[in-house]
Amino acid sequence: MPTKTFAGTPVEVNDEGFFVDAQQWTKDMAPEIAAEVGVPTPLTDRHWTVIDLMRSEYFDKGTGPTVRKISKLSDVTTKELFVLFPKGPAKLAAQVAGIPKPKGCI
Amino acid sequence: MTDTHPIPPAPVDAKIEKVSIIVSKGSLEGIYPALIMANGARNEGIEANLFFTFFGMDAVHKERHDHIKVAAVGNPGLHMPTIAGVIPGASALITKYMEKQIAKLDFPDIAEFIEMIHDTGAGLYACLASVELFGMEREDLIDELDDIITVGEFYDMAAGGQIIFT
Repeated sequence: MPTKTFAGTPVEVNDEGFFVDAQQWTKDMAPEIAAEVGVPTPLTDRHWTVIDLMRSEYFDKGTGPTVRKISKLSDVTTKELFVLFPKGPAKLAAQVAGIPKPKGCI
Repeated sequence: MTDTHPIPPAPVDAKIEKVSIIVSKGSLEGIYPALIMANGARNEGIEANLFFTFFGMDAVHKERHDHIKVAAVGNPGLHMPTIAGVIPGASALITKYMEKQIAKLDFPDIAEFIEMIHDTGAGLYACLASVELFGMEREDLIDELDDIITVGEFYDMAAGGQIIFT
């Protein structure tokens, strides 16, 4: 399993770059991950609304939410999600939030 | 049997960057999978355009996109005798059932799905020949539709990507 270092701490990631253990993630890692995966930085409050939701849903349900779920569970619309996390919102938000890739087709 | 024309494997690092999905059928099973594929593409960061042609245009027709039905005849996937499909109301009944399933899973209906796909930044286009053939006007089609285009414009837009026909 490859390792990567964020905020000075080595973490385990899979081949696609998703965290293997969400517990290894800390808030100060998020900006570094964001910059690496192409999420516009600095991270705003709106980014954090999504990041916090990704983590709480993951720990609650065992998988992160899809784009549709994010827009239903928060006040962040689909349109805004694609501005915050342009190249695949659910996938990128999951990476920045240090959780595995969300499962779901819709 | 020997395989004289082996298909060369795709390069392992090949990524799909763009898809153009053509929707030609006006049934639920003709439209819904195409919407899932377009939406899924955008969610993976893949550029996606949807082209509605022939009966597929019902998906972007203001008055018809809320009344898309499952084909009850000529649909062996339903596992019922063909004769049952011609009974009045059969298609409506099966459609009701499918719609219930879709709602139960909290999947969007067709109208909401198309609006959502539009919001992901995917392009929505109707086929000029079909618009003329069915005597439609721009106003008959939903506001989210980006344009009515010719087949030539479609190929220009699809260049360099994958084309999927449903």
